[in-house]
Amino acid sequence: MLSQLEIEIVKALQEGLPLVSRPFSAVAEKLGITEDMLLDKIRDMMKRGLIRRFGAAVRHQDLGYTSNAMVVWNVPEDDAERAGAIFSGFSEVSHCYQRETGGDWIYNLYTMVHGRTVNECWDLARSISEAAGIEDYMVLFSERELKKKSMRYFIE
Amino acid sequence: MELDNLDRELLNIVQSGFPVTREPYKELAEIMGTTEEDIISRLKRLIDNGTIRRLGGIFDSRRLGYTGTLCAMKVPEENIDSVASIVNGYNGVTHNYLRNNEYNMWFTVLGRGSGELDKILGEIRAKTGVEDLINLPAVRMFKIKVNFNLTEG
Repeated sequence: MLSQLEIEIVKALQEGLPLVSRPFSAVAEKLGITEDMLLDKIRDMMKRGLIRRFGAAVRHQDLGYTSNAMVVWNVPEDDAERAGAIFSGFSEVSHCYQRETGGDWIYNLYTMVHGRTVNECWDLARSISEAAGIEDYMVLFSERELKKKSMRYFIE
Repeated sequence: MELDNLDRELLNIVQSGFPVTREPYKELAEIMGTTEEDIISRLKRLIDNGTIRRLGGIFDSRRLGYTGTLCAMKVPEENIDSVASIVNGYNGVTHNYLRNNEYNMWFTVLGRGSGELDKILGEIRAKTGVEDLINLPAVRMFKIKVNFNLTEG
């Protein structure tokens, strides 16, 4: 469980760190604690894994990784561990998950692949397929971004 | 958008090694051999032009008590905008993309426990009238990599 102070720290740190000489002092003042208390608390929350990392979230599309695709795979349940390990071994794969299936949807493994072009993504999917020996897959490109926002916690 | 070498180096450092210290920008300036003012003005520009989406804490939603899932819907072409505005209206919906599939609308949603998630998905079904909505929660995570090295290539 998070303490009320920790919840307030999350709420403050998700709004963006001020671009001033002593940014943590500015945040601490709003929270009614000292700069050093806040720094200690942040380090503690990082150690406990509440804060995964501290720093910048970067928009990758602008940096040469112009194309990405979600490749979905139909992998037999008892083969998921082996296939997932092979998928994850590709440096172009940023995320690899196994998910529940549902309704008429049979695909259970998901990889996000990043390339410089759409064709590069197709080629990557083919290479991954050959490496893992999984032939039933689909390459889903995003045709339109309808929403992309960082989560804002504890705002209700 | 133009990035010079110092911008790229700065982006690499602030993605994973942002100093949690009293004067972080001054410390970055010392690492990179420039001034605190230069670091602050570069970061301001990278935030203003959208290269940096956010500078601050990146949280582990599960450890904060949130549960996340991925959902997909079959939305008739003519209803895409109205359905998107209903789905996107939820704070917990952080990503939503149209994709080239019969299941054409794909969104991620976070809620405080599975109770809130079920509530949101039930409301989305009711408000949009879309019955083909599949909920695909992760059962196993093999890899998550959020940092890309920007200095190569």
